[in-house]
Amino acid sequence: MALQWERPWIVAQIRREGGRLLPLWLLVDTVSHMETPQHAHARHLPMALDHDHPEGVDATHAHAHADVWLSDVSAGYGERVALEHVTLAVEPGSLLAVVGPNGAGKSTMLKLMAGLLTPWTGRIEILGQPAGREARRVAYVPQAEMVDWAFPVTVEDVVMMGRFPRLGAIRRPGADDRRAVQSALEQVGMARHLRTQVGRLSGGQRRRVFLARALAAEPDLFLLDEPVTGIDPTTQELLMDLLEAQAKRGKTVVATTHDLACAAARFHQVLAVNRTVVAYGPSNLVLDADVLARAYGGHLLVLDGRTVVLDDAHHHDQAAPGERHFHEHDGSR
Amino acid sequence: MELLLDPLGYSFFLRALVASALVGAACAIVGTYVVLRGVAFIGDAIAHAGFPGIVVAYLLGWPLYLGAAVAAVGTALAIGVVTRRAGIRQDTAIGVLFAGTFALGVFLFSGISGYVADLFSFLFGNVLAIGPGDLVALVVLGLAVILVVAVLWKELLYATFDPLGAAASGIKVERLELLFLTLVAITIVVSLQAVGIILVVAMLVTPAATAQQLTVRFTRLMLVATAVGIGSAIVGLYISYWLDVASGATIVLVQTTLFVLAVVFGPHGVLAQRRSPVSRLADDELDDAGVAGAPA
Repeated sequence: MALQWERPWIVAQIRREGGRLLPLWLLVDTVSHMETPQHAHARHLPMALDHDHPEGVDATHAHAHADVWLSDVSAGYGERVALEHVTLAVEPGSLLAVVGPNGAGKSTMLKLMAGLLTPWTGRIEILGQPAGREARRVAYVPQAEMVDWAFPVTVEDVVMMGRFPRLGAIRRPGADDRRAVQSALEQVGMARHLRTQVGRLSGGQRRRVFLARALAAEPDLFLLDEPVTGIDPTTQELLMDLLEAQAKRGKTVVATTHDLACAAARFHQVLAVNRTVVAYGPSNLVLDADVLARAYGGHLLVLDGRTVVLDDAHHHDQAAPGERHFHEHDGSR
Repeated sequence: MELLLDPLGYSFFLRALVASALVGAACAIVGTYVVLRGVAFIGDAIAHAGFPGIVVAYLLGWPLYLGAAVAAVGTALAIGVVTRRAGIRQDTAIGVLFAGTFALGVFLFSGISGYVADLFSFLFGNVLAIGPGDLVALVVLGLAVILVVAVLWKELLYATFDPLGAAASGIKVERLELLFLTLVAITIVVSLQAVGIILVVAMLVTPAATAQQLTVRFTRLMLVATAVGIGSAIVGLYISYWLDVASGATIVLVQTTLFVLAVVFGPHGVLAQRRSPVSRLADDELDDAGVAGAPA
């Protein structure tokens, strides 16, 4: 997809009950075969704060019930701003996709939630505590290229790392931990590869192993950076089934993705970001095919009756200084 | 047999044997993380930074290794803080510190006359000259390093493999990084008597690099590296005794030889790669038995 889109972000405004305007920046990537999800929650979903109408959101209610709560957060790397004025509340049991173009701050959003990046201004509470405080109840899975796959660890070793935080120093993994590892690997269908070095796995298998690591940690909040990027449809379905099951059990799942079709079909909520929150709500409202069609107008590409919007799909967020990246075939070790 | 037992009759040889075996072990254990992080050059920089510390300690009449320790640990922490806070690239910061600190050592040293023989032993080590007092300090510090790794190996492993995931799960990655650099610095100071400033980086890197050719499991890698470290220290010491040549250089040469053998004959070595693709499948099975080497 070498085509460059002149205006990858197109603003649509849809009128919500109460007459308030919700800006919708409609996106990038393949927006095809989007069914309207039936599982959109009927209950009140806290919407992104519209800065012109901040009083429109019941902030106290959102705060008290949220697993993830950000209030007017701005953050960046060095001098460069990545996100500004982000206000957001994610309720327990959410299955939330974070979407947006490259450099929009998707990964930065996850790092803030994971406590990996300290915001310049604003407040963040995760599981009712300042970000980073409840780290053992959070599982963060980085983008695939943040990991050195040539590293001498087996599938079992990687998944066992999910148990390390609860073990603490000194204590060695015991029978409980091995059971948790085994069960997590069975869930993702990788139990046969226990002793395989991770570099020998396919891209989809690597994502499965990292999800298994997150599952083995038994967290209350999953933070996943591009979990379904570049993997086969079978694996994508499997991962989404597992995440959906976790959300049903009341766990909160936040994942960045470039795959709008997946965001629309499999996630319950969508958060669209471009340096700030531009839309947040049930996926059928944020990513509605009719809205897309009206909004894109002449810029819309229709192929065989499918609606396609284009984006340069390289998925690096701009990285923090000194952050490592590993690419396939980079020849190291 | 007598060739092996005779030297043991000399207390200086026994001391040297204990010292080099412990140095071999500590270097291999810490070196496993050094290799996996790809920071061998940090070890080199810290070793060179120890030199001005030694010279200053000599001028002040302090124990020389105390001077080396202060300078090495100080440099290690400076590297950690400078690269994190000042936004200077790590290799740039190290390039500056490496040469600058060593130049300071040479500058100070050139003002002292009649010290040339000792200079040689600091640059290249002389484990056979280790005294009883030095040995006690070496054993205490060496065991302390090994003990810290034994307590924190999991956290160090997680932070090395996936620093973001580790930090997000509550491991204090930044503090661990400074602790790790301190461990490297102490290991290097402990090793100076055995192999000297110039060669210590080989003691850190070569055993783990050799083990990497032989196994893909972390724990096994560290065990193999430790065995290589201890084994080559003992073998190298005997060879240097028999041939009456420099001990540090001999130990390093034994390690280098083992590394070359592993690269050539290891399961993923030069010879293995010339085999047909079919044998790659065999490697995968070996893998499941936990024997195969690093990925191609």
